[in-house]
Amino acid sequence: MVAVLDQPLRVVNVGLELFAAELTRAGVPVVHVDWRPPAGGPDVAALLARLDD
Amino acid sequence: MTIDIKAANREAVERLCRARPAWTGMTTAREALGLTGHTLLHSGPPIGWDRMCPIMRGAVMCAIQFEGWAASPAEAERLAASGDIVFAPCHSRGAVAPMAGIISPGMPLLIVEDRGNATRSWSFMGTGPGPQLRFGAHGAEALARLAWNRDVLAPAFQRVLEREGPVDLAAHMAQALSMGDEMHMRNAASTALLAKALAGPLAAVVGDPAQLERILRFLTRDNDQFFLTWAMAAAKAAARSIESLAGCTVVSTMARNGVEFGIRVAGLGDRWFTGPASVVAGSYFPGFTAADANRDVGDSAIMETYGLGGMAMAASPAVTRIVGAKSVSEAIETTRRMAEICVGRNAGFPIGTLDWEGTPTGIDVRKVVATGIVPSINTAIAHRDVGVARIIGAGISTPPLEPFVDALVAFGETVGGEGRG
Amino acid sequence: MPVRAVVRRSYYRDSMVLMRVAEALRARPGVREAAALMGTPANHELLAAAGLAADETKDAAPGDLVIAVSADTTAAADAAVGEVERILTEQRPMAAAPGRALPRTLDSALRQMPDANLVAISVPGEYAKLEALRALRRGLHVFLFSDNVPLDDEIELKRLAVDKGVFCMGPDCGTAYVNGVGLGFANVVPRGRIGCVAASGTGLQAVVSRVAALGEGISHGIGVGGRDLSAEVGGVMTEMALEALATDPATEAIVVIGKPPAPSVVPKLEAAIGRIGKPVVVCCLGARPAASAPGRWVATLEEAAEATVATLRAAAWTARPFTDVADVKTRLARARAQTPRGPAILGLYTGGTLAHEAALILEPLVGKAARLVDLGDDEFTRGRPHPMIDPEARAGRVREAGRSGEAGVLLVDLVLGRAVHPDPATPLAAAVYDARRAAGAAGGALVAIASVVGTDGDPQDLRRQITTLEAAGVEVLPSNAQAARFAALVTRPDLEPMLLGAP
Repeated sequence: MVAVLDQPLRVVNVGLELFAAELTRAGVPVVHVDWRPPAGGPDVAALLARLDD
Repeated sequence: MTIDIKAANREAVERLCRARPAWTGMTTAREALGLTGHTLLHSGPPIGWDRMCPIMRGAVMCAIQFEGWAASPAEAERLAASGDIVFAPCHSRGAVAPMAGIISPGMPLLIVEDRGNATRSWSFMGTGPGPQLRFGAHGAEALARLAWNRDVLAPAFQRVLEREGPVDLAAHMAQALSMGDEMHMRNAASTALLAKALAGPLAAVVGDPAQLERILRFLTRDNDQFFLTWAMAAAKAAARSIESLAGCTVVSTMARNGVEFGIRVAGLGDRWFTGPASVVAGSYFPGFTAADANRDVGDSAIMETYGLGGMAMAASPAVTRIVGAKSVSEAIETTRRMAEICVGRNAGFPIGTLDWEGTPTGIDVRKVVATGIVPSINTAIAHRDVGVARIIGAGISTPPLEPFVDALVAFGETVGGEGRG
Repeated sequence: MPVRAVVRRSYYRDSMVLMRVAEALRARPGVREAAALMGTPANHELLAAAGLAADETKDAAPGDLVIAVSADTTAAADAAVGEVERILTEQRPMAAAPGRALPRTLDSALRQMPDANLVAISVPGEYAKLEALRALRRGLHVFLFSDNVPLDDEIELKRLAVDKGVFCMGPDCGTAYVNGVGLGFANVVPRGRIGCVAASGTGLQAVVSRVAALGEGISHGIGVGGRDLSAEVGGVMTEMALEALATDPATEAIVVIGKPPAPSVVPKLEAAIGRIGKPVVVCCLGARPAASAPGRWVATLEEAAEATVATLRAAAWTARPFTDVADVKTRLARARAQTPRGPAILGLYTGGTLAHEAALILEPLVGKAARLVDLGDDEFTRGRPHPMIDPEARAGRVREAGRSGEAGVLLVDLVLGRAVHPDPATPLAAAVYDARRAAGAAGGALVAIASVVGTDGDPQDLRRQITTLEAAGVEVLPSNAQAARFAALVTRPDLEPMLLGAP
């Protein structure tokens, strides 16, 4: 069974702050990431994806 | 060949953290770096006479006269412009110099050996307050100070080290960190500790009481940044251990020449990636303003490369006043922000205000590009006018992002279609 | 009209925060128009089109924030721009305490929460792969709300997710429920014994809301994103979700929600359903399943909820066009008395699946007389908030429909839930009111029909949302399917025998 279905959810939110706020309001532990687009745009994002750990 | 960036970066942080820099002796550039003929080393990434900023030209003119290659500033300038001088970055020879620093063959250098990594580096030794080469001064007083360093201070230090053995700079800096230094713009504690360590031994090896007094006064009065060049050599020695670590995206060098800011990356060896040297946001001494300021200059960004300076700002509430930061919480926030772009932390440099967490260490170009957070550099600000040739304040330098992006792209090209371990 | 603008370099805020900033600026005295946008090429065009481009803004790079205001007077514009700093700070729901910045990357977030088990990602689509890869590589489940994600990225992400044994819910997944937690646009529903696998956000919302109204609850609602059942993606997440629900002790019945699977995916889907030893109801809108297909296939979202609940209760159930025929007849009389200005039906939807469901119902009934628009589609949401978050986009279109005379019947959805606009009924009702008045002034009526997806637990107050719409003259039907059928009936009495039964 996919494990998450019986564990309490502990969330990292990357993107819209609203979603993190809603999870907090619903009592779900959440860490919000203050995300910015990487320098150099989507091409660099593709490179970062390739070079990620 | 598959690249394992994670493993290479972890190795880089391990090397930086296990560095055990020690001050082992004094030498000259000719002897240690094999500088022959009319070769001069300069701070920052490669640059020629034509593009040098005026204060670096002033420093060149000072060095040329110091070597006796010319008898006057004008003659020195002509020689420098003639094409007869070979210029190379200090970094290309494993050395470092602060501000508009120039290393010439006859100059005395500190020798620092990293016992943890079997590497070595050398640094220009500071000449104290007043007219000095690092701000472009090239008159009689600046030359006299250089000569005193070569003829009196360096030999005295050499005798001290022969008598007492090497000075453990890692322990020294860790202690200074706990006393509120970050080792780039705040070296008051580290300098005081150096004076403390040297006083007794100097008394033993310097026979002439007048000379001893002069040396001790030099060490202990108006010279609070004196330890910086020891710190720089220590950082450089540690950083040399990662300078050609394959598959590693950690920054091995950051340096500025007053015109350009440059980085090198461990996995890309000797290649420099540059962008315009930044305008430093700072706090100015009375009578000076941003309009008087030279752009960011010097090899001292090796401190941040190693995990001190701006990276360790949380350890130094005092530096916030020096560099004009808004508040002490800004210092703590800066170190936290730097942790976002670093691979690890150096437990050998624990920071009290962060509950003894180690300083963020190992700047990862991937993280710089991904977050847009560039290393925050605490630095002195020089007057741009070589006729004034002095420090006018201190501040926080925010280097350009482009060199980090360029380095990342170059790294991507070297790993080609693979790239993940 | 004076325009004042300010550019904040290397200053990023998400599209919702920027929307609220623009709203706050528009509320300032004398301000006519305001925009808060990142300096992308598309946004520069938007600024120019809105008359807000200025000298200061033209150099803004994609990583820079542009704030521009046009006002009645220079003083009003200056005053508004002067408030920008304060407004920017105020409009951040997750602003960190001073001296304690938020983490900037997943890795530093994981240092704060090492036992995180799910990453919710809602960054612009061109960056979604990078963030999702990071999460999946670290063995974390992903809720991927982002849309405009290239298909190749989705294929790569889901392949990795299957390798790692974790869910990649999306891209383009608007809603999910995992172990009692609603993610994205989620209605507040009780925990219970019905598990859903949904290739549709609003489809899932509609089904769970109806399940809640019928007194049952949801074990999990696993979103798989709109393209999962395509040939290219191959239904991999749907299969994984079905297997998970099959073995989940809390799940007693399963509902599959989406569009018809690609022919190459049908065998895999049917095999997966066949392996489940629990009742499975399938609502793939528009599908024509083979007689031998496993599971119980229904035609609408409403039927999916009702059939599943009935199965759990071992109750008899058949589909019928309307819940309350008498009520429909009353409403019909009211609607026809207005004399709509033509048979054309215009649907302006925020939920794509709801639009699709309505289209499937209306096409056999009225053919080309019905035109359904999904305002949440990718083409409308590039760099702009979804209409479920920002009702203004639809409001403008509704008013235009009132003026243009293009339709006699307007059909809309209203979706409630967490993260949705706090009061979507009011701007919609205001727009409908204006549209109906404009239509009336031109000598014909615009009949407005709606359904509301929501529950009593939702933050918007379901009852109040309905009465707000009714006060503007909107006929609110109990479900989207019923609203669509009602829309057909308004100008087609000939459909009455089929839809309302013998008189």
